[in-house]
Order: sequence, then structure tokens, then C-alpha cells
Amino acid sequence: MLEVNDLHVSVEGNEILKGLTLTINAGEVHAIMGPNGSGKSTLSAVIAGKEEYEVTQGTITYEGRDVLEMAIEDRARAGLLLGFQYPVEIPGVKNIYLLKAALNAQRAARGEGEIPAPEFMKLIKAKIADMKMDASFLQRAVNEGFSGGEKKRNEILQMLVLQPHLAMLDEIDSGLDIDAMRVVSDGINSLRNAERAILLVTHYQRLLDYVVPDYVHVLVDGRIVKSGDAELARELEANGYEGIEESAA
Amino acid sequence: MSETLTFLDTLKARDSQREPEPTWIAARRQAGAARFEAMGFPTRRDEEWKYTNVRDIAQGNFALAADGDFSPASAAALTLPLEAYRLTFVDGVFAPALSDVQGLPEGVEVLPLSQALADNHEAVGGPLGRLTGVEFSAFAALNTAFMEEGAVIRLAAGCVVEKPILLQFLSRQNDTPIMCHPRVLVEAGGRSEATLVEHYAGDADAKNFTNIVSELFLSRGAILTHYKLQEAPLGDYHIASIHVEQERDSRYVSHNMDLGGALVRNDLISDLNGKGGEATFNGLFFGQGRQHVDNHTKVNHNAPLTFSNENYKGILDDRAHGVFNGRVYVKRDSQQIEGFQSNQNLLLSDRARIDAKPELEIYADDVKCSHGTTTGQLDQDAVFALRTRGLDEQSARGLLTLAFAGEVLEGVALDVIAERVELAVAGKLPERFNLTGLVETAAALNE
Ligand SMILES: Nc1ncnc2c1ncn2[C@@H]1O[C@H](COP(=O)(O)OP(=O)(O)OP(=O)(O)O)[C@@H](O)[C@H]1O
Ligand SMILES: [Mg+2]
Repeated sequence: MLEVNDLHVSVEGNEILKGLTLTINAGEVHAIMGPNGSGKSTLSAVIAGKEEYEVTQGTITYEGRDVLEMAIEDRARAGLLLGFQYPVEIPGVKNIYLLKAALNAQRAARGEGEIPAPEFMKLIKAKIADMKMDASFLQRAVNEGFSGGEKKRNEILQMLVLQPHLAMLDEIDSGLDIDAMRVVSDGINSLRNAERAILLVTHYQRLLDYVVPDYVHVLVDGRIVKSGDAELARELEANGYEGIEESAA
Repeated sequence: MSETLTFLDTLKARDSQREPEPTWIAARRQAGAARFEAMGFPTRRDEEWKYTNVRDIAQGNFALAADGDFSPASAAALTLPLEAYRLTFVDGVFAPALSDVQGLPEGVEVLPLSQALADNHEAVGGPLGRLTGVEFSAFAALNTAFMEEGAVIRLAAGCVVEKPILLQFLSRQNDTPIMCHPRVLVEAGGRSEATLVEHYAGDADAKNFTNIVSELFLSRGAILTHYKLQEAPLGDYHIASIHVEQERDSRYVSHNMDLGGALVRNDLISDLNGKGGEATFNGLFFGQGRQHVDNHTKVNHNAPLTFSNENYKGILDDRAHGVFNGRVYVKRDSQQIEGFQSNQNLLLSDRARIDAKPELEIYADDVKCSHGTTTGQLDQDAVFALRTRGLDEQSARGLLTLAFAGEVLEGVALDVIAERVELAVAGKLPERFNLTGLVETAAALNE
């Protein structure tokens, strides 16, 4: 589904990703862990299309297409979704408007017409209940004045409505209370199936207890230095990155 | 000055063709011409015109329209789809075929100025010029020298007019550019209530000059909502002076929307002369290409217990230039005043420019006044976030631009006007932004 090959990425002349290779197949859940500043957010943002990042070398292929040739919105319409580490506040744009416009953009790309209003409302009603969010959030401006945890729930709500093929969730677990962690994890798990894949960026084992990954990668200084299964995350939780960095060096 | 001469020659030629007029009109005309000649067109050295260069008007050679013909089909395409009492002016000339004021409630008069003068010129001569005299500006003087058409609206005490009263000004593409100097007089009697819509539109290639002066009198307790939707052709010059006088407990709400015109200048002034008077100035100006849009507003709190609230938003793209100058004046010892003013501007391109200047002038101590102006650009992170949800770049930018304009548009009760503005500033969005249906359904969800 996603193939990242020898990816080098720079921002303002600083190389952040230094030859990163990663393959994600349909049906898999991958977790990326690693120290602050190692390039985790950079990786997911480059895949989503953030323009400040300059790809100096390497390729990214998604469902057989060259991602770097695709416009940001075309990536989204093709089923790629980035859940932001820091969701942006968008004053004046109602949550419900964004959900509808986003869903219809995706449908249009598939050659489908706009979703009829009753069907849309039924869908939203179900998803917002799944996320245990109050319907009043629909009328509020996107993320404006939301608490940290509410913003993360809102990202998952968007994901549930858009049903991406590949969801890249950047620290979706930060800022969540115990109950919210459950709700968010359930949301992510509900998306898991043989056709979809999920990439989780996280610092903590807690999320991975709920959403058990098939693969865990450790990203240090712009490269994946170690990969393993769910057990690797537990080792990291116990021992930290020090041993890994040393063994990689 | 040669520039004023061109205009004065045109005036002389017109005067020689005119039927004999009541002496007061001839006298005002002369006073206007004399004042205009003495002042000349304003230059950038005039504080009030520091950022607005009117050279293109001054050096223009504008004729006066010979008729008010306009193809009914093109007029229909330009007309706001609004059920309203309507007067239409084509290049300043009254167009009866495009006007319809049938069924006005009793106590309400909506007349072309020419007819109001013919019916009873003295009734016009009393109020006309009382708020906007020839001293106000060279343009007001020029208007007075040339005035012959416009609108007179009178509401008897207690009269409530449900349907809006629409004054439609159409600009034609002519071989020689045309100028017109409409004069509008509104007299709203005690506790009367009405909605006035001024709408400017025209042929895309027109290059005419409109110089309008409006004087609005609100008696005790009168309520007037005044929409000005300026969608003049992009080659047009548009100068407007609106002066409102408010007695006790009257309420004036202005929605001033500027979308068109090459060079636009509005002067909007309200005199709050009686306790309980309230003025709301809601404005939006949108410039693109090389458009120049200048809004000068002034609220004069001349009496205690008066209130004003002003919110102007500017959106400027390409090499457009916006000017906002908002002044709140509180007269000596006018206590318990509230005067709020906000101006926010959005620059969509690096070459767009805004000159914003809020001014407070307060001579009383028990007042609540505030003002502020900000200028910013579109939030690139928000554009990116919207695009990662599948919205194309143009829609994402349009949506954020519209969100910026939001507060001002929310106050617009006439949907056709809100829609025109939305379309102009945001282009065609995925769905209408104002999702009334969705809002209702979502409210039902909460139950
Ligand atoms: N726009 C930018 N300009 C300059 N440096 C940047 C920019 N964006 C990212 N960086 C730098 O790139 C490096 C990687 O950042 P990134 O956000 O990918 O780290 P991360 O692994 O997600 O860290 P964290 O765990 O703290 O979220 C950091 O050193 C960061 O300061
Ligand atoms: Mg990060």
C-alpha cells in the first residue's frame, strides 16, 4: 500500500530524514516511535504533502502511485489521511461544514454525487456517538477553543467519517484522558480490516496496548534503526532509546 | 485649474439647456459650482485624501447621459432577485420601465427626485443640503452643482414598510464615459421602520463616474436598515457620501459592501443627536486587480447615552489598495457613551496594501470606547489542514477568506446580498457555506 524508499527530506537546508525506508501493506498496523525531533512528524507530513519540506532523494509510492507527484488534496481523496499532532484551529469554519465538504470531495473524486443531507446526518450522528462527543461540537468552528483531548477526538471523528485507506495518526494519544484513550482506540480499531492500514506515531505503550501493532519501528535521527513486533515497544517502554541508539551507532 | 474647467464647461452647457428652475435650486447649483471651482479636486496633500488619488476622475472627460435606456434582458440579469419597491437609474437617468413602486403602504413615498421636485419643490428644498453641504467636499459641491435626479423617500410617523425599497443604479458601457450625480433624500418619521437597499451594477466594460450624495433623517424612534451593495463595473469610479442624522432612540444599521469599481470612496457619517440613538456600521470591502477602495466613516456622539458599533473587514488581493479611516467622536460632556470600532484586514497577496487608521476623539469621561485594527494573511497551516481533508486549494482559500468575512456577513439578513458577497470573495465553494438545513438537522441531533 505504501512504500517509502531511501527518503531524504530537508527543511531550510537541514536534512531531517536521512534515508528512510518503510513498507506498509494493506491490513497492517505500524507504530513509529523515537526520540523528540527524530523526524516522525516530518515523515507523516511529507507523505500528506506539506510543502515546506523538500524531498532531496528517494521515493514514496501509495497504491502504486507516485505520491510526490500528487496534489495534497488528491492524496486525501485517494484515501490518505493525516491525523495531526497539533490539530489546527480554523476560526469561522464549522466542523460540520468541513466534514461535509471533505466527504463530498472524496465522493466526487470517485465519481459519486454529493451525499444526500439525511444520509449525511445519519452518518454523522452515528460517528459522533461513537466518539462520545456532544453534537454541539458540529456547530463549533473546527478545533477553535477545543481542549487538547477534544482536538484529538475530532481528528478521529474526521477519520471515521472519511474512512481512509491509510490513516497516519501522529501522537493521537497525547492529551487524552483514560476514557478518551479507550474511545479513540476503539475508533482506530473499528477501521482495521484487510484493505486498510494504519500508521501510528506514538511515544507511549499505552495506546499500543489498545491498538496492538503488527510492526514497531524506531526512528532515530532521520532513519529507522530498528524494527520489530509489538514486543519491541514494550522493551522501549522499559529501557528507553539509549541502548537502541548505541546499537545503531 | 484646467481639471475643474472641463467639469464646469459641461455644467454650463447643461445649464443652458435647462428649463427654468425654482430660484433655490439655481442658487445651490451656483454655490456648488463656485465651491467646486474654489476647492478643486482633492489631492494627496489633503489629510482626508492622503491615500486616495482621484487624478483619474479629475483628468477624465465625462459627459452627461442623454437617456436612460437599458436592455430589459441585461437589466434583469443584473437586478437583485429581491421582492422590493424599485427605482432604477441608468447612468443617473430615471428609468420608469425598470421601476415599480406599486402597492406602497399608505404614508410611504418613494419618488424619483425629478418628480418630487415637480410635485413640491419646497418640500425637497428644506432638508436637501442640510446634512451634506457644498462645504463637505469638492465632490459634494460638484454633486450639488449637477444634481437633477435621484430619489426621495418619505415615511410617515409609525409607518412600517415590510418589503425593502431598492434603489438600483446601472452603469452602461458608452462611447464616451458618463458621469452622474444622484441625490438621495430619506426622511423617516417617528417610529417608522424600513429597509433601504442601494445596488450598483452595470455592463462589464463600463467606465463611468458616479458621484452620489445621500442624506438620511431618522426621527425619534425610527429604524432604518441600509444596505449598500456596490458591484459597479471594474472600470467605474464611485464616490459616495452618506450622512445620517439620528434623533432620540432611532436606530440606523448600515451594511456597506464594496465589491466593484476601479476607484471607490465612501464617506459614511452618523450624527447621534438624541439620547438612545444607536448606529451600527457593518462593512466589507473586497479589492482585486488594481482596485482602490477607501472607506471613511465617522460617528458623532453629540448626545449622552448614544451607542455605536462598527465592524469593517477588508479583503485585498493582487495589487488592490484598501483604505479604512474610522473616527469616533464624543462631544464634550456627552456621558454614558458606548462606541466600539473594529477593523480587520486580510491581505491575500504580497502586493496588496491597506492603510488603516482608527481615530478616537473623546471629550467626556464616562464613556466606553474601544477601537482596534489588525492586518493579516491567510493561515497557511489552515490551508494545508483543509487540503489534507480533500478540499482543493482554491476552495480552501475561499473558505478561509469567507470565514474571515463571517461576522460581517452574519449580520446580513438579506440572503441574496450575502450570497453575492460570498461568491465574490470566495468563488464557488463545495456547498453553500451557510448550511441552514444542516444547522437545523444538527440542532435536532441534540434532542
Ligand atoms: N519548519 C521547520 N523548520 C525548521 N526545522 C524544522 C521544521 N520542521 C521540523 N523541523 C525540525 O526537524 C526535526 C524533526 O521534527 P519532527 O517534528 O519531525 O520531530 P518528531 O520526531 O515528530 O518529534 P516529536 O516527538 O517531538 O513530535 C526537529 O529537529 C525540528 O526542529
Ligand atoms: Mg512529532
